[in-house]
Amino acid sequence: MPNAAAIAISGVTRRFGTVTAVSALSLDVVRGEIFALVGPDGAGKTTLIRLICGALALDAGTLRVDGVDVVRRTAAVQASIGYMPQRFSLYPDLTVMENLRFYGDIFGVRAAFAERARSLLDEFSLAPFVDRRADALSGGMKQKLALACTLIHSPPTILLDEPTAGVDPVSRREFWRILYGINRAGTTVFVSTPYMDEAERAHRVGFIIGGRMLDVATPRALKDGMRGDVVEVACGARGDARRALHGDPCVRSVEIFGETLHALVGSAEESIPALTRRLEAAGIAGATLRRIPASLEDAFVARLAA
Amino acid sequence: MSGDLSVHVEHLTRRFGAFTAVDGISFDIRAGEIWGFLGPNGAGKSTTIRILCGILAPTSGTATVLGFDVARDPEAVKLRIGYMAQGSSLWNDLTVEEHMRLYAGLFGLSGAKRRAAVEEWTARVGLTEQRGVLAGALPGGFRKRLALGCALMHRPQMLFLDEPTAGVDPLSRREFWDLIVGFADAGTTVMVTTHYMDEAEHCNRLALIYGGKIVARGTPSELKRAPDAGVTVEILSERNVAILDALDGVPFVRSAALAGASLHVTVDDRRDVDGLRALLEGRGFDAGPLRDVTPSLEDVFASVVRSP
Repeated sequence: MPNAAAIAISGVTRRFGTVTAVSALSLDVVRGEIFALVGPDGAGKTTLIRLICGALALDAGTLRVDGVDVVRRTAAVQASIGYMPQRFSLYPDLTVMENLRFYGDIFGVRAAFAERARSLLDEFSLAPFVDRRADALSGGMKQKLALACTLIHSPPTILLDEPTAGVDPVSRREFWRILYGINRAGTTVFVSTPYMDEAERAHRVGFIIGGRMLDVATPRALKDGMRGDVVEVACGARGDARRALHGDPCVRSVEIFGETLHALVGSAEESIPALTRRLEAAGIAGATLRRIPASLEDAFVARLAA
Repeated sequence: MSGDLSVHVEHLTRRFGAFTAVDGISFDIRAGEIWGFLGPNGAGKSTTIRILCGILAPTSGTATVLGFDVARDPEAVKLRIGYMAQGSSLWNDLTVEEHMRLYAGLFGLSGAKRRAAVEEWTARVGLTEQRGVLAGALPGGFRKRLALGCALMHRPQMLFLDEPTAGVDPLSRREFWDLIVGFADAGTTVMVTTHYMDEAEHCNRLALIYGGKIVARGTPSELKRAPDAGVTVEILSERNVAILDALDGVPFVRSAALAGASLHVTVDDRRDVDGLRALLEGRGFDAGPLRDVTPSLEDVFASVVRSP
């Protein structure tokens, strides 16, 4: 039932000159889910989002949003989605309310505007700032206003392109709390993010690399499917320990993680004794090594390093 | 021993009209250290950096960078530092290579030296394949790399990096930091702002700014062991996200966040850990043992900074 998909992408390709930004990519985004798109810089995340919202033309393939063909009925699709681009979409010299009204007018929200605006302002804790100019808002508040503008016409599906890049951790959490609320109320959320802890909270995650969708699965399945184990190394001299472990043949990568190191190895059971000996040989005594569950970031880095 | 200090700031204040962006802050950065400046958006981080780079005049107080007073001798400062601004400092209609050549020229490199620097730095930030691409057509993460290359190629003694990795993918962030740590090891002093708390762990010392004032400072370990840091426990559960939602709005929970595959919950004191266990059991979660852990910097950040 292809119509059950909020977004149905089938064999979509987009080239820029000689570069193929998105390459024969297929994906179904299920209605009501939060789908996180992650991938390295230049993987095609932004291009894919712009294709979905009809801002870019396809070179091949088909793309439907709620069953409506994006190429043939671009205007209809655009009325039923909300798109929050990576760069700010706000007018800096308009106030919070003026920005909302502007987006409301574009999407033809008339009779319902006052009530819709009030409920969004309340939900996003922006009500005290309705008369403040957008350029005088903090980064976190700008993001919330941009999201409110994206939602003004009550679209069933929203597309967010790295909405929290450059946002501090506390504002980031608040943004995601809001996103959850919107999703629980029934909105499908398609979001790209460089933050793996955010992707960890999505229902499903897609790894995109070189314009191709490599894996699509739940965060749990992606972590379970990771080849190799993560060993946490707790010791004093992180830098020295990292250098010592780098040279070990069973270590695929080793990264500083808080006060510990995370080493990616084939098998924790086999590696822990060998790594302990290697650390001791390097003069690092008393290190504690234990296998820990992989995070999505571990899985992502392992996938990229493969 | 001011000779060992790359940055010396005393009672620095900057006002914009009625708004005080930076409010009487003082700090020192030692030569060769990586000094991290953390804080929410709008706390005063970028304003401070812009003053230190000689771009913005302080309202009051003093700041010296590499021995030069930033208010009296901003040009001497600018020649010796590298600055990577938070916003884009790129020209959309210049290519990667044109940017590199422009910056090399601005910093006085010419001829073979300039060509070598362009070549080397284009490669070091991983943009050799993109050398002919217009900056305006580069994805966000690549733009950051280009800006970093431009800031570094004259091998400054002091680097100011304002959110150098915002929007950069995890693997590239690690590569960035290997580069930055390598520079610091070679003697460059680095002042950096970031919203990635895992990156803040790379810093020798940190300061947390909130509302224009420095509210906490120290090494990462000192910040995490501060007496008012509360108690942080780790929960390893298949249902991390559901637990996170259940803890939303619970009064004694100061902060709760995913930390890799586990969940970190910070509460005020030991008694609250029992309260937390009771709450989780009451809601039907099998949370397993609540293991005491050293809080992450994100836990510290979230318990100091309250969302507005």
